[in-house]
Amino acid sequence: MAPSEVVMLNVLLLTLACFGVGAAGALLTAPWPRMSRLVGHACALVGAIGALALGAAGLAGGALGVIIPALLPIGGFSLGIDRLSAFFVLVIAVAAIPSALYAIAYTRAYEGRRSLAGMGCGFNAFLAGMVLVVLARNVLTFLVMWEAMSLASYFLVMTEAEHRETQRAGWMYLVMTHAGFACLLVGFLLMARETGTMGLSEWRAASTTLSQPMRHAIFALLALGFGTKAGVIPLHIWLPKAHPAAPSHVSALMSGVMIKLGIYGLVRIGFDWLGVGPSWWGGAILVVGAISAVLGVLYALVEDDLKCLLAYSSVENIGIILLGVGAGMLFHSYQLGALASLALVAGLYHTLNHATFKPLLFMGAGAVVHATHTRNMEEMGGLIKRMPQTAVYFLVGSVAIAALPPFNGFVSEWLMFQSLLLSFQISATGTNLLFAVSIAALALTSGLAAACFVKAFGITFLALPRSTQAEQARETPWMMRGAMGMSAIACLVLGVAPVGLLRLLNTTAAELTGAHADASFNWNAIVANGAFGTASPLWIAVALISLPALILMALRIIGANARRRTYETWGCGRALQTARFEYTAAAFANPFKRVFGLLYRPVKELDIQFHPESRFFIDTITYRNEARSIFDEALYDPISRLVRRVAQRARVVQSGNVHLYLLYIFVALVVLLALAS
Amino acid sequence: MLTQFLIEVTQLLIVGLGAPLLIGLVRRVKARLQGRRGAGVLQPYADLRKLLAKEAVVSETTSWIFRFTPYLLAATMLLSALLIPLLTTRTPLGFVGNIIVLMYLFLLGTFFLALAGLEAGSAFGGMGSSREMAVAALAEPTVMIAIFAIALHVGNTGLDEIVRRGASDPLLLLSPGHLLAFVAFFIVALAETGRLPVDNPATHLELTMIHEAMVLEYSGRHLMLIEWAAGMKLLVFLALLSNLFLPWGVAFTVTPSALAVAFIALIIKVGALAIGIAAIETAMAKLRLFRLPALLSGSFALALLAVISFLFVK
Repeated sequence: MAPSEVVMLNVLLLTLACFGVGAAGALLTAPWPRMSRLVGHACALVGAIGALALGAAGLAGGALGVIIPALLPIGGFSLGIDRLSAFFVLVIAVAAIPSALYAIAYTRAYEGRRSLAGMGCGFNAFLAGMVLVVLARNVLTFLVMWEAMSLASYFLVMTEAEHRETQRAGWMYLVMTHAGFACLLVGFLLMARETGTMGLSEWRAASTTLSQPMRHAIFALLALGFGTKAGVIPLHIWLPKAHPAAPSHVSALMSGVMIKLGIYGLVRIGFDWLGVGPSWWGGAILVVGAISAVLGVLYALVEDDLKCLLAYSSVENIGIILLGVGAGMLFHSYQLGALASLALVAGLYHTLNHATFKPLLFMGAGAVVHATHTRNMEEMGGLIKRMPQTAVYFLVGSVAIAALPPFNGFVSEWLMFQSLLLSFQISATGTNLLFAVSIAALALTSGLAAACFVKAFGITFLALPRSTQAEQARETPWMMRGAMGMSAIACLVLGVAPVGLLRLLNTTAAELTGAHADASFNWNAIVANGAFGTASPLWIAVALISLPALILMALRIIGANARRRTYETWGCGRALQTARFEYTAAAFANPFKRVFGLLYRPVKELDIQFHPESRFFIDTITYRNEARSIFDEALYDPISRLVRRVAQRARVVQSGNVHLYLLYIFVALVVLLALAS
Repeated sequence: MLTQFLIEVTQLLIVGLGAPLLIGLVRRVKARLQGRRGAGVLQPYADLRKLLAKEAVVSETTSWIFRFTPYLLAATMLLSALLIPLLTTRTPLGFVGNIIVLMYLFLLGTFFLALAGLEAGSAFGGMGSSREMAVAALAEPTVMIAIFAIALHVGNTGLDEIVRRGASDPLLLLSPGHLLAFVAFFIVALAETGRLPVDNPATHLELTMIHEAMVLEYSGRHLMLIEWAAGMKLLVFLALLSNLFLPWGVAFTVTPSALAVAFIALIIKVGALAIGIAAIETAMAKLRLFRLPALLSGSFALALLAVISFLFVK
């Protein structure tokens, strides 16, 4: 073992030890809630820092290989690291560090509740599970860790199990995640049988012997399994329910990184395990990505529940990432390795970016929910005066996720556009049109995302408070603000100086596609494909910071009136300006609801109760205008009805008689023995 | 180095100082077409000066975002003035951003303006913000597809390269794809700059307005910056339209005579487009808000046709 490898191994062991101590410590100190909270999350924080080091070292080219045969049957517990794994470890760490810091203060509200110790334990197990999934090097290790990650997150979602809404969300999450797991299991076992090896690293070489139909089948199964975890439409239905139900630091991790492991899997099957695929694989991913991006942001736009809005926006961002991955696979299948790398770099960089701004937004939402005790934006407003720092951080997150300069979302989305525009190098008209449509989808998504986050930030933080809770809101503890500040700074740094990471990602992508992207990443400009397009995040940031200051100075010099008078908002002559005059979240989204009515199929109900004496006096007006999800109605309701009907029939075998059950076991055993011989 | 610097300064001056003149010209031509005499073309300068001299009244419900937005908005427009090829095919700051960066800069301005519209807490501002974001979101796909059409055609998304290709190959300018992309881009320019038939820049306090409703609470130097930025946005869009699609007269070499020709050509082209806008605004009524998607999807279809025509007529 090389000395560098020994160091890597030690870092890994220390990281896992931290998570282990955190998980056990949180449980053992359960009788002392304060202690349990601190031990659980502080260990998670240190572990996450270890993961950051591990990821950074791996991305720079560090190697690692461990096999512990005693821990698991068939191949043992096998871990390893390559650049792609290292990048995803980095992504996990970037989201986990602020989330853990935030959790130390945030979980204080849970002191005195029974769920606290379990939460600390689950949080560590969740982090460890995610890190080990991307490091897993054989089938069994991967599947066991995947399941551990899913179960840990399930228990975290169920933290507030006393709410009926949470129970429903948890149930749906459990069902969907296991449906996905079943697909993965079958896919992995098929692959292992066909290639004759359980080692994931050997699959790339071994997959060349696969028959064509088998490759398609395995691709479809694994894509379904990973797609469910990523939350792509139409497999997304668990996501907008489970993410808001979890505590905010857990939502931050589930939305920020857990769904990215679905992306990790898709990148693995598309570029690594199955080799170069036919063009329909990439095309399918591209189409699913475009649909997820547009529909995700459209559903986010009409949400009035702040955390639900953020969850739907994760569906959108997964869609954007998949546009990069799908485009990469398509370019790859047309032997355009350099372009495939560019698209993959864009997709992976967006993955990292989303892992910085989505936790930031969830932490901000958590702070707001903490202060106002509601998730409904219609009861917020005016918080920028009461929580000025949280407001700034949430604004940074909003600008970043709307992909506006000078923050990080802009860099990845610009790269994405650049790589999609380069699709004219393929000479197949159908494919070109597919790309044209996905460019339009990405553009529509970015416009709608800007609208969505104007709504999210504007309705929540600006104007007058809409409820007494919002009026009395107070700024959060310093640790929560510090965590948000860290993420906000990360958004700015990744947006202004993306150079180093983009270069490393270029190497990572080249490992998968066999060619470096034809792009130069320098401090003062990113140049794609021989000056096909250039952008300089650094200089844009410099200009956006210095120009407003210059304008202010210029106005002073030319003698503008610098006085300012504070007065009430002009109210059309009305004497009183109250929050009732403000535009609401629902009203803000209404133009979109009308324009895209075909997708939302809004239910409109207007119920006016008149006074019994005279119709000129109105007692109450009830107005309901909700968007419905076409997927629930058209896809999942029939499936769940069918499952229910089958389950009803199958109940006859469940008599409650132990002797009968023993008979079942006996029959099953005989049948199995007969089959085996 | 010095010439590069001088070119950038000239561009800033042309866009910064020319914007009020352009607004004045559109208003004057419109008045004439409607049989009114109208104010002189220099009136917007007087308006801006008057606003500068007044104190700013700021609503008590607002925060720093409201006061910061006018400066940011003007800054994004000045930055875009530095990025576009105005007189020469060489934009010295071209490396800072291509046409996609430009579109994102506009969106950044719109984003903050929409937030500022929500700040005052009146129904007007919120309504304007909501509508402005709807128009911006629906216009975005058209912009990008039009850019795709141009990129197909030129093989580049850098603004200077697009102009250079167009100027050196005049026949390309007459291809159907190019013309379709021009029309699509023109409609989007009307939507983005808040002109008829999308928005009426001449009304205040109508329920139909978009941009004006959003900036209703602004006064004094803040309003001056916003009006100035709106003028610059119009000028930048018209300059883009004229130089990307009709690149005649743009200077290839940095000589005084070429620059003088380029300057006159720019004035003629932008002036012609301004007269065109005035004519459209006189001849057309404002569309109902919910008819706008039809207009914008129409322009999207044109842009898509432009792409298709490039793909088939290679």
